[in-house]
Amino acid sequence: MAERSFIDEVAQLRLGEGQTFTGEGILAITKALLENGVGYVGGYQGAPISHLMDVLADAEELMAELGIRFEANASEAAAAAMLAASVHYPIRGAITFKGAVGVNVASDALANLASSGVRGGALVIVGEDYGEGSSIMQERSHPFAMKSQFWLMDPRPNLPSIVKAVGDGFELSEASNTPVMLMVRIRSCHVTGRFATRVNRRPPLTVREALANPQRDFARVVLPPMSYVHEQEKVKHRWPAAERFIAARGLNERFGPAAGRVGIVLQGGMYNGVVRALQRLGLADLHGGTAVPLYVLNVTYPLLASEFLAWAEGKKAVLVVEEGQPEFIEQQLAAFLYRADAQVRLHGKGVFPMAGEYTGQVMFDAVTAFLRQAAPELLPAAARAPNTPGPAIPDLSRTVPVRPPGFCTGCPERPIFAAMKLVENDLGRHQISADIGCHLFGALPPFEIGGQTMGYGLGPASNAAFDGGGARRAVSFIGDGGFWHNGLTSSVGNMVFNKADTLTIVVDNHYSAATGGQDILSSRAASATKSTRHPIAKAVKGIGVSWVRQVDRTYDVARLRDTIREALTTPRKGPKVIVASSECMLNRERREKPLRLKAIAEGRRIEAPRFGVDEDVCTGDHACMRLSGCPSLGLKRLDDPLRDDPVAHVDRSCVGCGNCGEIAEAAVLCPSFYEARVVHNPGGWERRLAGWRARVRGWLASRRARRRLDFGATA
Amino acid sequence: MTALPAPAPRDPALDGIIKLAVMAVGGQGGGVLTGWIEAVARAGGHAVQATSVAGVSQRTGATIYYIEMAPDSGRPPVFALMPAAGDVDILIAAEMMEAGRAIMRGFVTPDRTTLIASTHRALAVSEKIVPGDGIADAAEVQAAAGVAARRLVMFDMERVAADAGSVISAALLGALAGSDALAFPRAAYEDAIRAGGKGVAGSLAAFARAFEMAAQGPAPAAPAAPPPAATAAPAGPRGAPGLLRAWERLAAEAAALPAPVAEMAARGLAKVVDFQDLAYGREYLDRLHAVVARDGDAQGWELSREAAKYIANAMAYDDVIRVADLKTRPGRMARIAAEMGLAEGQVLQVTEYMHPRAEEIVGLLPARTGAFLARRPRAMRLIGRLFGRGRRLRSDGAMAFGLLWLLGGLRGWRRRTLRHRHEQEHLDRWLHGALAELPGDYALAVEVLRNRRLIKGYSDTHARGLSKFDRVTAGIALVRGRPDAADWARRLREAALKDEAGAALDGALATVRSFAAPPAGGPG
Repeated sequence: MAERSFIDEVAQLRLGEGQTFTGEGILAITKALLENGVGYVGGYQGAPISHLMDVLADAEELMAELGIRFEANASEAAAAAMLAASVHYPIRGAITFKGAVGVNVASDALANLASSGVRGGALVIVGEDYGEGSSIMQERSHPFAMKSQFWLMDPRPNLPSIVKAVGDGFELSEASNTPVMLMVRIRSCHVTGRFATRVNRRPPLTVREALANPQRDFARVVLPPMSYVHEQEKVKHRWPAAERFIAARGLNERFGPAAGRVGIVLQGGMYNGVVRALQRLGLADLHGGTAVPLYVLNVTYPLLASEFLAWAEGKKAVLVVEEGQPEFIEQQLAAFLYRADAQVRLHGKGVFPMAGEYTGQVMFDAVTAFLRQAAPELLPAAARAPNTPGPAIPDLSRTVPVRPPGFCTGCPERPIFAAMKLVENDLGRHQISADIGCHLFGALPPFEIGGQTMGYGLGPASNAAFDGGGARRAVSFIGDGGFWHNGLTSSVGNMVFNKADTLTIVVDNHYSAATGGQDILSSRAASATKSTRHPIAKAVKGIGVSWVRQVDRTYDVARLRDTIREALTTPRKGPKVIVASSECMLNRERREKPLRLKAIAEGRRIEAPRFGVDEDVCTGDHACMRLSGCPSLGLKRLDDPLRDDPVAHVDRSCVGCGNCGEIAEAAVLCPSFYEARVVHNPGGWERRLAGWRARVRGWLASRRARRRLDFGATA
Repeated sequence: MTALPAPAPRDPALDGIIKLAVMAVGGQGGGVLTGWIEAVARAGGHAVQATSVAGVSQRTGATIYYIEMAPDSGRPPVFALMPAAGDVDILIAAEMMEAGRAIMRGFVTPDRTTLIASTHRALAVSEKIVPGDGIADAAEVQAAAGVAARRLVMFDMERVAADAGSVISAALLGALAGSDALAFPRAAYEDAIRAGGKGVAGSLAAFARAFEMAAQGPAPAAPAAPPPAATAAPAGPRGAPGLLRAWERLAAEAAALPAPVAEMAARGLAKVVDFQDLAYGREYLDRLHAVVARDGDAQGWELSREAAKYIANAMAYDDVIRVADLKTRPGRMARIAAEMGLAEGQVLQVTEYMHPRAEEIVGLLPARTGAFLARRPRAMRLIGRLFGRGRRLRSDGAMAFGLLWLLGGLRGWRRRTLRHRHEQEHLDRWLHGALAELPGDYALAVEVLRNRRLIKGYSDTHARGLSKFDRVTAGIALVRGRPDAADWARRLREAALKDEAGAALDGALATVRSFAAPPAGGPG
């Protein structure tokens, strides 16, 4: 069960001809796929297209009605490989994954696909995760399109443009027998808006029907001599066909006056940012009508020399707006101008920073700088002269703390890292590698565990150099998502085969949690459409690990600590794997809270646990914080001049996971934590027992109170 | 060459765009709030666009949502996908430091921005893990907000929401509606909440309260975190007449101390009497008198005031008896029940997490026996195995409560214990050490007293605190005699409170060693 359900929104996917869709970008993409007769879809979750996978999963019923096959693929590579169906069959296929990491993982299949070429339109929808909010290394998907030669679309970030790009992409793919990559940026995926819908189309040939008539064409197999032929085909036939299609259909757009001494070339995705900068300079109106000519590249690869040169002709200077680096587009346009012997000054990186997101401020500053150099007469007086300084706003950079993402309230991964920290306090620092997933937050304070992340499912593999052992065993973390993505073979298989003397801790929270709680092979819940409940421990044993420990309640910090300690100190050689399992609290609460409330309303007996702190017992040393970092565990300043430091305080968001009590016990912290369990709808006997207990306590407490002075609550 | 286009007049319709950013902490419901605002604007005849950066950043990290809207003319406007510095009309910050972050990023400017911010704090991990007080200064953000914003709507919206049994997103929407920064009727906002369909009653209540508070206009700017000093002295205790009479005598003695000392002494006295008994209060006052006798009005009785505070803290140390006593006080269960919101007909179960170690057990024994055992590692290991393990006590039950009650009743025995002897010895050493600085350096004596703050916590944490205390004491020996000795003592203590391992303290000590000669002996 994914974190977010799109069941309600999916109703909009059934809209017919000329109706209005209102919603998010990813839903619009799904609707566009259905309108364009897609035959099969697949992908692998990851921001910013996780929700696209969730939408597709929630729309599975609708897709089945249309004869469309949906796969939640095992990895991006598996998703890309699925596009093989479009090599021999005239069936449109679409897959989606997160940019940069997705193309890295899928590059093998993508390269082969691009070599074979396609008959049916093949669309790779890439969520380009770049800039603020991005969780990966800052790279571009662009060079993958260039190296394998599939075409790259980067539509303007509004719903009608994105929807149109889906249809254009399929047609471009078919017209040039080449797969097309459709890039949507992080904010375009979640941008809201409206577009006029068309009726959903059943694929002319479904994958089910195709199986009745299998096809095979040796010319499409990537083997010499055919692979040599493919290379020639790419440049002699497919590329020119693509250029013809792009030009004939006008996929790239031109705005503003035809004449003009300066102009701006931009990636489609940059359009709104550029227009906003022009609006602020008084050079564009509300609807994007502009005084500066714009050449909008909705297709950023291949670039069309003739189209660009025709637009640039007569211009003195042109600004290239290309986010990220290296600046492939700018280099290509410069080559076009040079070869044409054109006297157009090209600006780009220079007025723009080489690296980093083109934020509103960056865009405004760069467009202003370009115009100041190339066409100062266009600028309003205010932009020509330096601004008058406003009132000085105090500098808060030393006050405001950084707030990176971290483990949620009650997260079952927190106690795993608390246990690891306790073991390290005891045995010393270890070489520890991390993986991709929520558990990577263990690298941040307060735990600071794990030094490198080499990729999804590669945590243990990134410790391979230390497989031979040494003074202390190397430790690696891997999540259940990464484990099934490719960790079982690339990491655990690697450990077994090379007789690694290292420890791998599998953080099993029953979902691909960091990407939004999608089901995976080892998910514990039954699923109607997917096969779940395949234990990780069984897979690990199957691949040849004999030292395997399953810990089924990660909140048992002492047990985890002892298990990790055993793995690191046992004289037994060979790979060791600890599977630490507890359900993702975010998913668990989402599922169980409504049930709990319903049960309480129905009068059934429910225990609701929450933690608390005795303020007068807490000394304010914050040792518990350094083993927790839970959002619900905060600090409170006491109204007592005798106390210097704030004390621990548990707020109402506590879900009673037990970590506070467990670490207090395992690390021998202070006895100020208590667990309070409110019993809703207790039985009559239970109420009577509680009453009797209260009387005993009251009698004892008041007996003592009579013999001493009572200073009230705070003393 | 083509003719130059003249600079076009600015499109007046651009002034109709309203740019609104929401800065929140992941999990605060920023997405829900954004959805509501979008619905309100659309219902109000506006073209709207909202964007967000979802994904991992939502896991308790700082998040940002962005909305643009303009009167719908039929033709789609071109909206930006992210806020730009100096170009935001309404900034909603769902937490005080997120307001600070918004100001830092230039999203709040005096020419245009209405800042709607909740004054409550959700502490960042970096603030919480500091052994001392690492909480960021909200007053600084408040002051900056006063300069940066054109209009300010600020109050504790988290509390408003909680009191209404709802979440902060509803209160933020209420504050937005009440601020009148958008020209939509109140009913439109309420309709959006109703259309959402989840927790409608609570959301509407939180909305209404926040609406009123925002509509009232600028509230008197209360400081975000009132300094914990200058509060009224506690009311006198209750108890048997004989005890009260003896107490009154001690309290009168404390009250007769110089004015700057009296209030702290009254609190200190209450603390140690509560910890042990009236005789212990007598000892406290005797110790304090010894300090007062060597102090004077010249420095405003600072030394005595600090002594009143820290002698009390040192005397009321944390031992098993105190913990058991505090957990069996008459009002405790009622306090927990109130905190948990226990309703009529519900039952409360309370589990205590105790983990006595051999040191605590031995600390309870008579000083000589305890010291004998403490010197024998094998005996300590055996005791540790027998008693020292995690114990979860259901303190609402009669048996566990009875056990804690008996332990808490060992107060009469306390003075004979090994732990008490250790604490007394340490206290005397520390106090004499402070007073020994007095002839030469009054300010240094005050700082030595304040170092008591370093000793806190239990078990390993307590041991680390003691070690830091010792290292700071050794560092002070290096600077003794210098005119800035007190300043260095303060810096060393502050460094010691910065991180757990004491890395900052090591750095500060290295600095001290770099300029100070080895200690030339004790003060004269």
